[in-house]
Amino acid sequence: MTPYVENDQKIDTKLDAKVPPGPLAGKWDQYRFDLKLVNPANKKKFDIIVVGTGLAGASAAATLAELGYHVKNFCIQDSPRRAHSIAAQGGINAAKNYSNDGDSIWRLFYDTIKGGDFRAREANVYRLAQISNHIIDHCVAQGIPFARDYGGFLDNRSFGGAQVSRTFYAKGQTGQQLLLGAYSALMRQVASGMVKMFPRREMMELVVVDGRARGIVTRNLITGEIETYDGHAVVLATGGYGNVFNLSTNAMSSNVTASFRAYKKGAYFANPCFTQIHPTCIPVHGTFQSKLTLMSESLRNDGRVWVPKKPGDKRRAADIPESERDYYLENKYPSFGNLVPRDVASRNAKEQCDKGKGVGETGLAVYLDFEDAINRYGEDVVAGKYGNLFEMYEKITGENPYKTPMMIYPAVHYAMGGLWVDYNLMSTIDGLFVLGEANFSDHGANRLGASALMQGLADGYFIIPYTIGGYLAETTFSEVHAQNSDEFKKGVEAVNNRINRLLSVNGNRTVADFHRKLGLILWDHCGMSRNEEDLLKAKSMVNALKHEFWKDVYIPGIGKDLNQSLENAGRVADFLEFAELMITDALARKESCGCHFNTAFQTEENEARRDDENFCHVAAWEYAGEEKDPVFHKEPLEFENVKLSQRSYK
Amino acid sequence: MTTKTINLTLKVWRQNRGEKKGKLKTYFAKNISGDMSFLEMIDVVNEDLTKNREEPIAFDHDCREGICGMCGAVINGRAHGHEKETTLCQLHMRHFSDGDTIVIEPWRSRAFPIIKDLIVDRSALDRIIQSGGYISVNTGGAPDANAIPIAREVAETAFNAAACIGCGACVAACPNASAMLFVSAKISHLALLPQGRIEAAKRAKAMVRQMDQLGFGNCSNETECEAECPKGISIINIARLNREFLKAELC
Repeated sequence: MTPYVENDQKIDTKLDAKVPPGPLAGKWDQYRFDLKLVNPANKKKFDIIVVGTGLAGASAAATLAELGYHVKNFCIQDSPRRAHSIAAQGGINAAKNYSNDGDSIWRLFYDTIKGGDFRAREANVYRLAQISNHIIDHCVAQGIPFARDYGGFLDNRSFGGAQVSRTFYAKGQTGQQLLLGAYSALMRQVASGMVKMFPRREMMELVVVDGRARGIVTRNLITGEIETYDGHAVVLATGGYGNVFNLSTNAMSSNVTASFRAYKKGAYFANPCFTQIHPTCIPVHGTFQSKLTLMSESLRNDGRVWVPKKPGDKRRAADIPESERDYYLENKYPSFGNLVPRDVASRNAKEQCDKGKGVGETGLAVYLDFEDAINRYGEDVVAGKYGNLFEMYEKITGENPYKTPMMIYPAVHYAMGGLWVDYNLMSTIDGLFVLGEANFSDHGANRLGASALMQGLADGYFIIPYTIGGYLAETTFSEVHAQNSDEFKKGVEAVNNRINRLLSVNGNRTVADFHRKLGLILWDHCGMSRNEEDLLKAKSMVNALKHEFWKDVYIPGIGKDLNQSLENAGRVADFLEFAELMITDALARKESCGCHFNTAFQTEENEARRDDENFCHVAAWEYAGEEKDPVFHKEPLEFENVKLSQRSYK
Repeated sequence: MTTKTINLTLKVWRQNRGEKKGKLKTYFAKNISGDMSFLEMIDVVNEDLTKNREEPIAFDHDCREGICGMCGAVINGRAHGHEKETTLCQLHMRHFSDGDTIVIEPWRSRAFPIIKDLIVDRSALDRIIQSGGYISVNTGGAPDANAIPIAREVAETAFNAAACIGCGACVAACPNASAMLFVSAKISHLALLPQGRIEAAKRAKAMVRQMDQLGFGNCSNETECEAECPKGISIINIARLNREFLKAELC
C-alpha cells in the first residue's frame, strides 16, 4: 500500500500560496494596495455566505456588512452569541509593547513562528502580528471591558512560549467578552438589514458551480427541512475538529462536518494531524464524561507544576515534603520554567505519568500548586487573578484549590490543521474562504496561548474584508439561483440520501458509543506521542469502526423533526472518515515537530526532532473518493527572515 | 472526587414540536455518580431511552463549562437548580441525595415559546440586543486602545455587567417573566464606559421599548432574577437602567 502519492516534480499550481513579493514588513501594505477594489455602489450586488458566528465568523459577517455587502450568516446554536469562541479564557496577544519589556511586531511574529516549530507560513504570521495591535484598538472601541491598572490603562499578563507580557485579558472570560463584542457588531448589522441571520442551521453540503463556491445546503435543526442558499462567495468559519477525539475541551456541537464537506468537494485539507493537546485541563474521571474542562494556561504564571520524585508515591500532596517533590518543568527548562509552550508542557506531563509519578486516583494527573503564590501575594491577590477559574475547578471536582493543589492533565484543545488557504485565506476551491480555527494558516505545529483569539479576529475584521473584495472584483459571475440550479438540486439529493441512509441502518448501538470508541483509538494511537506501528494499527481500527457504524448504528426519531441523535450521527460519521485522514497525515510526516511527536524522531533529551530537509512543508490532502487514500500535495515552506533552529526553552 | 452512586426518579417535561400541551413523564436514573454534571446524568438517561427505542429528551447544551448560556431548565422549581451561581451544566450530582425525585421543566415565559421538550426559543433576547445593545463603531477607525484611560473600578463594574451569558434564567425565574436583568446588564455595561456613553440615552429607550414589545413582563422588584442568575449579575444594574431610562425620557 502506498500511503500517498509524491508529486515533488511538478509545480502544484493549485497550491500557489500567493505570498506577495517584497520585504516581509511591507508585504501586506503593498498587497492591500494591489488588490482590486469593489466600487462602493456595487458592493450591495454581492451576497456573501458566512458559516459560523465565532470570533472569525461574527467579525467577518459584521465587517463585510459594514462595507456594504449583503451577508447571510449561519450558526448551529440558537444564537450567534454562543459559538465556542465564548469559552476561551486566558487572553489575546498583541504587540503593543505597553509593558515596555522589549516586545515588538517582529518579536510576536518570531515567537509565533518558533512556537509553531517552524511549520507555518512566514508572510501570514507576520501579517497576524501586524494586525494584532489594530484588534485591541477596535475591541476597546467596541466596549470590551479589558482588565486595567490603577491608572486606567490596559493591563497585560504573560503566557506560555513568550518572555514578554503581551496578553490582554478580561478576567478568565476574554473569549466571552471578545465574542460578545463581535456579536454586538453583528446584531447592529442585522438591525440595519445588511445581515440576515440563520440560527439553528447546520451546513450539510457546499455547492460548487463552474468551479466556484456558490452556495450551501443546510439542515434546519428545528424542523429538519433541507434548505439551500446561494451567494457569490462562501466563507467558512466553522472552528476546529478536536471532538474527533470525543473527549476534548471543545463544545459538544463543535464538529468537522462543514470543513469535511468542503474537502470532499475539492478543498485540500492541510496538516490534519496537528492537534493541540493542552496541558492544563481537569483530568478524566469516568466513562460517562461528556467533555473535558480547560483551566486557563494563565494559571501557569503563578502555579508550579510538580509530581512526587518517587514513582508510585501515593501520599497526599501535603504529606510530601519539599525535598521529595520534582518541579520537573522548572528543573528541565530553567529559563521558561512553568511557561514553556503547550506541546512541551503536555508531553512532559505524560512523560512523568508514564514513569509512574502521576498523582490522583488514576495516576493520570500532575499537581499545579498555588501555595507559593498564596504565601507570597496573599489569597486575595491570587483570587483576584484566578478567582473564577478556582471556583470552576471546585464546582467540577469538589476540591478547593486554595487548600490543596489542583490536579491537571493534558486534553485535546485546538486544531492547528484545517482547510488549506492561500494568503487571501481562499481554499483550493475558488470563492471558498476559510477563517479562524477552520483554516490551517498561522500556528504551524503548535499554537501559543492567546493566539487563537488574535487569529480569529484578524481573519474576520482585518483580512477577509480586503481579500474577498479582490476576488469579487476580479471575477465574472454567472447567474446562479438556488431554486433552479442543478447543482443545488444535486446537493439536496445528496443530503437527503445521507440522512435516509443513516436512519435506515436501524442497528443496535448508539451514536455516542461509536464516538467514545473512536476517541479512545485516537487518544491512544494518534495523541501526544505517536509511532508508525500504532498509527497503522489505528488506521485499520478506525476503518473497521466506520464499517460497523454504517451496519449497526441506531438513530431514534425521524429526519423532519428536531432530532439531536441524527445531528450527532452525521457529525460522528464525518469524524470517522476524517480520523483516517488524520492518521494518514501523521504517518506521512516522518519527523517530530510541535504537537506531532513521533517517538522514532526525538533528540537525546526527548525533544521533538524536526527534519527540515524533507518535511519543511505543509501537507495538503486532496480527496480521492470513497475508501481511497487521499492524494498528497506539498506546499514547501520558505524561511527568508528567520533561521530554522532547534526550539529551546531551557 | 466521589465514588458513591445514587438512584433518582425524574419527572421530565415532554412536549412534541407543534403540540400545544406537554406532560411530565417519569424516568429512572440509576447508578449516577456524584462527579457527573446534571447534563451528563441526562445523557445517561437518554442513552438508556435510545437503547429501549424511545426518543431521548431534547435539551439545549453546548460548551458544558458554564459560559455559552445554551443550557438551562427549571429543576424542582429553580432555574438551573438550587446551587448558587451555577449553570445547569455545572450543577453536579453530588448535590443530590439517593432516592430524590427531580422535576425538570423548560423555561416558562410567553416570550420563550417551547420548541420541543426542554428546548425553548430565546431569539427574543437577540432581538433586544439588535435594538441597541452595541456601540456604533465600524471596523477600522479606532484610536489607540490606551487613548482613553478608564478607571479600574469602572472597568470592573462594566465587566461584571458584561459577564451575562444570555441564558434566560432571569426571565424564567421572574414571576412576571421580565427581562429587566438581561437588558439592564447590557445597558449598564455600555453606559458605564466612556465609549458607550454617547449613545446611552438612545440605547436605553430603544432596548426598553423592544423588551416591552416582545411580550416580557414588567419588573416588580421580586429579585428572583438576581437569586437565580448563574453569573451573579446584580439588580443594581436594574436601578442603573431605570436611572438611564428616566434620564433619557426627561432630557
